[in-house]
Amino acid sequence: MGRLNWLVADVIDAVPETPRVKTIKLDVPDWEGHLPGQHVDVRLTAEDGYQAQRSYSIASEPNRNHVELTVERIDDGEVSPYLTEELRAGDQLELRGPVGGYFVWEPDRGGPLLLVAGGSGVVPLMAMLRHRAAAGSSVPATLLLSSRSWDDVIYRDELSRLNGSGLNVVHTLTRSQPDGWTGYARRVDEAMLRAVAPPPGEAPLVYVCGPTPFVEAVASALVALCHEPTSIRTERFGPTGG
Amino acid sequence: MPIVSRGFRGRRRDDAPSDRIPPGQYATNDFPVLSAGPTPRTPVAEWDFAVIGEVDKLHHWTWDEFRALPSETVTVDIHCVTKWTKLDTVWEGVSVDTLLEGVDTAAEYAAAFCDGGYTTNLPLEDLTGGKAWIAFAYDGEPLDPEHGGPARLLVPHLYFWKSAKWVRGLRLTSTNEPGFWESNGYHIYGDPWREQRYWGD
Repeated sequence: MGRLNWLVADVIDAVPETPRVKTIKLDVPDWEGHLPGQHVDVRLTAEDGYQAQRSYSIASEPNRNHVELTVERIDDGEVSPYLTEELRAGDQLELRGPVGGYFVWEPDRGGPLLLVAGGSGVVPLMAMLRHRAAAGSSVPATLLLSSRSWDDVIYRDELSRLNGSGLNVVHTLTRSQPDGWTGYARRVDEAMLRAVAPPPGEAPLVYVCGPTPFVEAVASALVALCHEPTSIRTERFGPTGG
Repeated sequence: MPIVSRGFRGRRRDDAPSDRIPPGQYATNDFPVLSAGPTPRTPVAEWDFAVIGEVDKLHHWTWDEFRALPSETVTVDIHCVTKWTKLDTVWEGVSVDTLLEGVDTAAEYAAAFCDGGYTTNLPLEDLTGGKAWIAFAYDGEPLDPEHGGPARLLVPHLYFWKSAKWVRGLRLTSTNEPGFWESNGYHIYGDPWREQRYWGD
């Protein structure tokens, strides 16, 4: 197995998704594709040689030579403020990947698919949904996305376009809701999962991604609802992020 | 040659001695949680620890028997493959040397097995000689389920995925069988000082 070498990526664009989140579109000449759900390591180097590395989930569907990362700014972070505020088209970035072979989904894994995300935890799940759409997969899918407010919903317009044709997108807004909001307005809980998720008897493949307390709560609630623990795949990010 | 990132200065930390931060890591004061599935919650009344595989006989401890073994408090630095390093973490546990004292084996490798189905593999010599513990307390408190309680393996000189949470035993083998992450793109050995993160590193 060959080593994953550091690759040089050209920044094509840096597009705001929400006030705190940007998508960085990269042209990576030596990129050979990835599986939806995988991540990359990003390396920054200061002029004096100091380096910092962080891992970021890939947002784009598998594609040669093209990778999109969606990054949330962590205010006291070291790398994410640079990626979301400083980096711009024409810059270069070093990355290494793709990494991870477990938190991945491809259409031939089947379904139904239950994706549950807290905030920027939607990023690797979006790669799965984009791949599902691009591949014309008919696997039934549900995305339950918890965001603080309507303005904090990452990929909001694209998700509303993808909604339908076997995909059901359900939002919950935990801190503030627009006038006339009729959807969920609380943290994801057992009752919400019971209402939204395919029943355990349908043996859904479950992917949960978000901050640690979110993932702990969702995964525990799914187990309490009798979903098979081994069918629940989780990815957590801690407060350090960066 | 690495590419200089225009406008990147970085945030160096004075309080993190560089000789304790492996390449590509950064120091954190938090204790992030990483696991591949739901957190198992095994009551200690149902917990046991076993040494199986290529051994003279089954070796087995109930929770009470395990807790009656001599334990040690150790202060170690831990290094997660996702880049964070946490210095001076304080654990209490039973040395793996203590558990293997009466075990007769010619095995050279071990696989830790866990509630939830997780496994990880490592050379037996990385578990012996005062290098590894079955830890049941962190920072003076019983280990939280999120962090692997009631007990987890602690092998601080390797990346932290080797320190299997919710550990229930060791299977001793003559061959090095890749465990869960080792089968999913991560390095078979995982030495942070040689930055052995992924296959081929």
